[in-house]
Amino acid sequence: MDYSAKVMDHFSNPRNMGSIENSDGIGEVGNAKCGDIMKIFLKVEGDRIADVKFQTFGCGAAIASSSMATELIKGKTLEEAWKLSNKAVAEALDGLPPIKMHCSMLAEEAIHEAINDHLRKKGLEPWND
Amino acid sequence: MIIHNCEGVGVTVENMTIYMDNSATTPVRKEVVEEMIPYLTENFGNPSSIYDLGKTSKHAVEKARKRVAYAIGAEENEIYFTSGGTESDNWAIKGIAFANRNKGKHIITSSIEHHAVLHACKWLEGQGFEVTYLPVDKYGMVSPEDLKNVIRDDTILISIMLANNEIGTIQPVDQIGKIARENRIYFHTDAVQAIGHVPIDVQKMNIDLLSLSGHKFQGPKGCGALYIRKGTKIEILLHGGAQERKRRAGTENVPAIAGLGKAIELAVGEIGESDKTLLEMRERLIKDLLKIPKTHLNGHPIKRLANNVNVTFEYIEGESLLLLLNAKGVFASTGSACNSSSLEPSHVLTACGVPHEIVHGSLRLSLGKMNTQEDVNTVLHQLDQKIIYPHYDFKHLTESILKSE
Repeated sequence: MDYSAKVMDHFSNPRNMGSIENSDGIGEVGNAKCGDIMKIFLKVEGDRIADVKFQTFGCGAAIASSSMATELIKGKTLEEAWKLSNKAVAEALDGLPPIKMHCSMLAEEAIHEAINDHLRKKGLEPWND
Repeated sequence: MIIHNCEGVGVTVENMTIYMDNSATTPVRKEVVEEMIPYLTENFGNPSSIYDLGKTSKHAVEKARKRVAYAIGAEENEIYFTSGGTESDNWAIKGIAFANRNKGKHIITSSIEHHAVLHACKWLEGQGFEVTYLPVDKYGMVSPEDLKNVIRDDTILISIMLANNEIGTIQPVDQIGKIARENRIYFHTDAVQAIGHVPIDVQKMNIDLLSLSGHKFQGPKGCGALYIRKGTKIEILLHGGAQERKRRAGTENVPAIAGLGKAIELAVGEIGESDKTLLEMRERLIKDLLKIPKTHLNGHPIKRLANNVNVTFEYIEGESLLLLLNAKGVFASTGSACNSSSLEPSHVLTACGVPHEIVHGSLRLSLGKMNTQEDVNTVLHQLDQKIIYPHYDFKHLTESILKSE
């Protein structure tokens, strides 16, 4: 697979890998059939993402996308994090091979799931795309 | 295979690579390169030319043809050189189908064939032929009984591979050939992975057509052969000049053909001794890899190629595994969808009933003559301690997902 140096860096040294105990929101997307599963944990303070961790079962692009996406939303407000697009994740990784673009999609979806899980826990209405 | 590089003054950098993807391709042997060089340099003549330079090339092609014929128990005039396994498979299947369509339109193959066979059959379905894809058991084995049951009056071809490229399972070709012969149906076998591992005798095995490819047994890429039993009714695939007894047009790839001839002679001649070493390495790899929790063996435990190891790890995705191995200088292969341009997981593993969820964690290590016991030690250590073990954390994640499926 023809990955950029940045993808390989985030794959080999993933940032924010792991889980958060008593997290404020969890997003789990993907399915084992397609081979990629992504789980994102949020720690929220006020409306800001104080901490974020991920666990991903997947290919190099899926792991690198998870790592980059968590870097990009750390410290951001929930609203800012919601707006993070899969394209922005891919661009931050200096691009992904065309057939691997769906892996960056998974990161965007996982963040949305995690934010909505947080909102639901607080008794708020989940957001829509 | 260990390559030591020394860089800089007083600084030694050890750059070690272990190639364990010999089912993908193999390095060309030194003796084979030597056989090829004269035909890349001074003896460049076209075998169709009548002057001496042409005749030298012609002789090289005929010498190689003899060697191939001898290796599989055929006669020289039953060997046709092609561009490789894919062309041989396409020619055999499409050629038999179209030349015999007045007799019938039914073809039998298996669900674990190489794509060169499966996609050729799929294409024929669009041309009015009917194809039965035989299932396999959990070891990837075709049942001769199943085969007998699907034979029809209008069956014109049975195409079953000799050994599988992913899981190494060796098919009961003797029995299949016998059934085909008794029913007067042409029998084609894709022997691309089997050459140099399984002794082949097209007479005893009742094989009518056999595909082989040079680069799988330390010959050059882009060159293969199709054995066509004398008297077989087959259409031409490539039209043009009168090469290959007017059955396969195109100027012969003389250096590659000469190389293929040398390579098959060496590979088949060494089957006994080389397979003994490979078998030892294979068994050690399988035994130790299966000690890793939640690891499964794919393919048959005994009836498998001496160089093939294929296991599935439940906690790690195949492409990631390959990238991690690559970082350690180990080159291998996977059946994961993530590693294929089609994003489809291995059709072979799914046909064996391996659940979709864990097909993605499959690893194929295919051994070759350059591999050593030391390589095996290194790969086992890397896999267990450096790669798989740190991924035990993913156990909970994958297990929760598997449950939710």
